[in-house]
Amino acid sequence: MVSVELTRRELVAAFLGSAVAASACRRERPREPVPGALVDRAVDVGHKLRGGPLPRAAEAQPVDVLVVGAGVAGLSAAWRLAAAGVKDVRVVELESEPGGTSRSGRNEVSAYPWGAHYLPAPLVDAGPVMRLLRELDAVTGVDAEGYPTFAEELLIHEPEERVFYKGDWYEGLYLRAGASAADLAELARFEARMNAFGAARDAKGRKAFAVPSALSSDDAEWTALDQGTMARWLEAEGFRSPRLRWLVDYACRDDYGTTAEGVSAWAGIWYFAARQDGKGERSEGFLSWPEGNGRLVKQLLASVPAGQVERDVLVHSVEPGEGGCRVDAVEAGTGKPRAFRARQVVLACPRFVAAHVVAPWRQQRPEWLGAFQYGPWVVANLTLSDMPRSRGFPLAWDNVFYESRSLGYVVATHQAPRMDERGPTVLTWYLPLAGLDAKAERQKVLSAGYADWEGLVMADMRAAHPGIAEQARRLEVMRWGHAMVRPVPGFMWGPARFAAQESLGDVLHFAHSDLGGMALFEEANWFGVRAAERVLKGLGRAAPSWL
Amino acid sequence: MNKTLLFITVLVIATCGLIYELIVGTLASYLLGDSITQFSTVIGGYLFAMGIGSWLSRFIERGVPQRFVEIELGVALLGGACAPLLFLTFALTDVFRVALYGSVLAIGTLVGLEIPLLLRILKDQVKFKDLVSQVLTFDYLGALAASISFPLFFVPKLGLVRTSLLFGLLNALVGLWSTWLLAPVLAHPTRLRVKAVLLSLLLVVGLVLGDRLTSFSEEHLYADEVVHATASPYQRIVVTRSKRGFSLYLNGNLQFSSVDEYRYHEALVHPAMVRAGRVERVLVLGGGDGLAAREILRYPEVKNVTLVDLDPAMTGLASNYGELVALNGRALADPRMHVVNTDAMKYLGEGSELWDVIVVDFPDPNNFSLGKLYTTGFYKLLKKRLAPDGVAVIQSTSPLFARRSFWCVDTTLKAAGFWTLPYHALVPSFGEWGYVLVAHEGTLPRRPLPAELRFLSEDTHATLFHFPTDMARLPVEVNRLNNQVLVHYYEEEWSRWN
Repeated sequence: MVSVELTRRELVAAFLGSAVAASACRRERPREPVPGALVDRAVDVGHKLRGGPLPRAAEAQPVDVLVVGAGVAGLSAAWRLAAAGVKDVRVVELESEPGGTSRSGRNEVSAYPWGAHYLPAPLVDAGPVMRLLRELDAVTGVDAEGYPTFAEELLIHEPEERVFYKGDWYEGLYLRAGASAADLAELARFEARMNAFGAARDAKGRKAFAVPSALSSDDAEWTALDQGTMARWLEAEGFRSPRLRWLVDYACRDDYGTTAEGVSAWAGIWYFAARQDGKGERSEGFLSWPEGNGRLVKQLLASVPAGQVERDVLVHSVEPGEGGCRVDAVEAGTGKPRAFRARQVVLACPRFVAAHVVAPWRQQRPEWLGAFQYGPWVVANLTLSDMPRSRGFPLAWDNVFYESRSLGYVVATHQAPRMDERGPTVLTWYLPLAGLDAKAERQKVLSAGYADWEGLVMADMRAAHPGIAEQARRLEVMRWGHAMVRPVPGFMWGPARFAAQESLGDVLHFAHSDLGGMALFEEANWFGVRAAERVLKGLGRAAPSWL
Repeated sequence: MNKTLLFITVLVIATCGLIYELIVGTLASYLLGDSITQFSTVIGGYLFAMGIGSWLSRFIERGVPQRFVEIELGVALLGGACAPLLFLTFALTDVFRVALYGSVLAIGTLVGLEIPLLLRILKDQVKFKDLVSQVLTFDYLGALAASISFPLFFVPKLGLVRTSLLFGLLNALVGLWSTWLLAPVLAHPTRLRVKAVLLSLLLVVGLVLGDRLTSFSEEHLYADEVVHATASPYQRIVVTRSKRGFSLYLNGNLQFSSVDEYRYHEALVHPAMVRAGRVERVLVLGGGDGLAAREILRYPEVKNVTLVDLDPAMTGLASNYGELVALNGRALADPRMHVVNTDAMKYLGEGSELWDVIVVDFPDPNNFSLGKLYTTGFYKLLKKRLAPDGVAVIQSTSPLFARRSFWCVDTTLKAAGFWTLPYHALVPSFGEWGYVLVAHEGTLPRRPLPAELRFLSEDTHATLFHFPTDMARLPVEVNRLNNQVLVHYYEEEWSRWN
């Protein structure tokens, strides 16, 4: 329990806002709690790093390349290396499942995501993500205008989004019902601004806002936007419509885990401008699978020879030296010490972990470390015996609560090839703890136990679906302490992020989405491939770049 | 006793009394159609029952105030519950008319008792000429209030079920209130109050649950007499009958009328059957009424007809409901028929056998679930299951009323890789109706049509393929799972006609 003094209503208000608390408590009836559990565990394992010195193995296993971390960045590195024919590769992961924040689960009803659940369809037919999508048979061709086209069954089926507001569901994400002419005019002005940012290119032909962010123009005309917050930019530009502010805030919470007050204007605009080129949002919007980006993880894993990936291995020290690195680890289950002598290492973990692991950084804390902030998230998978009943616009893929601090839920079975939309399903509920003090938010997340989270998830759901408790079969909750790096003002174009991207002594290379400043698949994949290509160079292998 | 308050009571009970009458009349016209007959019989029956009530009032000799309150509570209960109970009776039983006229008689009788009893309660306190004048004035005023507010406010804002419960509640509160008004002349006011409070609570509960009760078919209006109604988990199936034949509705949408369905089904089935390389194995998707199957079974070469319909209630009706069985010629009992109750999209996606002819007879794409069955995603599955020399046909809504929708189906089929042959036929119950015939490739030789058809003939067959200017092709988007443009076209076009 969070605290004995907190009533259920106060708890709901503290995490989800007072509107949900009022609604949930108005409808509160005594009910059996939904059976389930907390399923996170990395919290305990990872904290070992901060404890006392860990044992070191006497003998070090030689290996050409060691990839530390089997999240999207690490697996992308392994994928790139496998394609280049590098055989002696080992990937070690501290969790018992690979995938990082793109992990997924499965039960008798459906597969479902534990984190990232979609990939915006790439705008141009280039880069490593397109290569991966081709391997996955997701690409059907290129249209007359040069845009890649994708398999219909993987693009989000209509209805894509709906929003719940005061008792009814409405189509789309922007709350059009009851919007005044002034609201709509402001929305149109905002969209025109974003389209202009989407179309903007610098003298070298680079998009002002590109995916991945590394391909964006570094012209001060746009990078200057990184100095202030998105909230201040909206204010300065005269965007005051509460509905528009809500939409922008929602976008920031969705992609960056914090509000427009906590995100730089450059990053805020990036969300609306990077995935289009001036013609507005595309109909080939998002690619998704029941297990979310777990499908992409599976595809990456398939390229890595079996046996190269080792789970439950906690790397606690990487010492770069002449001609390679010494890497020390312990097996998470048995506590048995392990060591590797690797010619090349890709350290594919976030900065706050790297700072504890890289030996020279343990001696001298890198200057850039403080610039990296990570927001916590809670993701819950709720299995239902039947589709939730609702009033107004029908069930969509993404179902958003206008008045809650949660992002709402995604329906895992939405893409199923069937007409009948009844029957059991799994809903994935997302809550970014968006408060500006990420550390305090993390405390809050970790101090709440299953009973609290069960109450919170069901309170949030019941506001929109009063009968949902009777349909609920099981609830599993994942608390992510450091789910997403936050693109706070000054971070995207400040020196820290670039300094952290530098390899150490041509033998230790870094990869992770946090180096891109945004916790997105494309960033993780980009930095994974980039690190692998540095490894190839270090091994003296020539290979054309995929970047 | 405060007389003004008593006259207000008269106003309220008069309003409630007329509201119940209007509710029952409206409900009968909604569910049974023919509003003139329904309103005439309900109003007549109600007035007659009020006469019975007035007559019965003479038999109440002692404890008149006590009886009055009890009658108030009785009216509150019956009037308040009438709409939800009648809807439930209609949905779940076959005794709707009994319940309808039973409630008209019961409520009318109780309402008829109210005013005579009230007059008797007040007779010693008000002069007769004033009493009659004032009571009747308020009575008629209440009637005016009810008749104006009912159509303008209560039906559009609350619907019948909640209106009924709300006035029941009002009536119960009047009952409760009159225990104080009449306290000096009541023998056991407390007992009555307890009853009134319990009844009010019951009606409040009903009001809170009113939403769920309202979902029963209230919005549907059938022109003819309803002779059969079932609610399956998938849809509400209603059969209505008129002098000329019977009609089947799914969720309030007409599926066929026995008068002219032969035009629709002959046009649906035969152009495909006479163009397919072979007709041994035929798949029907939707079409649980068995009428398309009847046309298919005319061909002696047919060896296997598999009918895939989601709803067992629909195929059950086609196998067991006498008139429909007669109309479809016992098609579902034919040894060549195989009925599979499953999701058509799942069925196509999961199997692998090929079909010589596929007849796609789904309801129109008026929601996103049905819209999926008209996407390139669905048509690609269809294409995989069509034999190399096979032909499929898709019912494609009206090219006249929903021109863009019709051409959207054609355009989508083309985008899925089919060669298409769009055509149309006049089905008076529906209007001008459209179909799209598809094959892997164009040049299809045609065999002669079966001889015994009522609509199609060798001479006129060619006219189906000509589109007049007002139904001619126009450019539209492809309907895909990720845009569902057809649902939007359809909604927009049909809303202009309805």
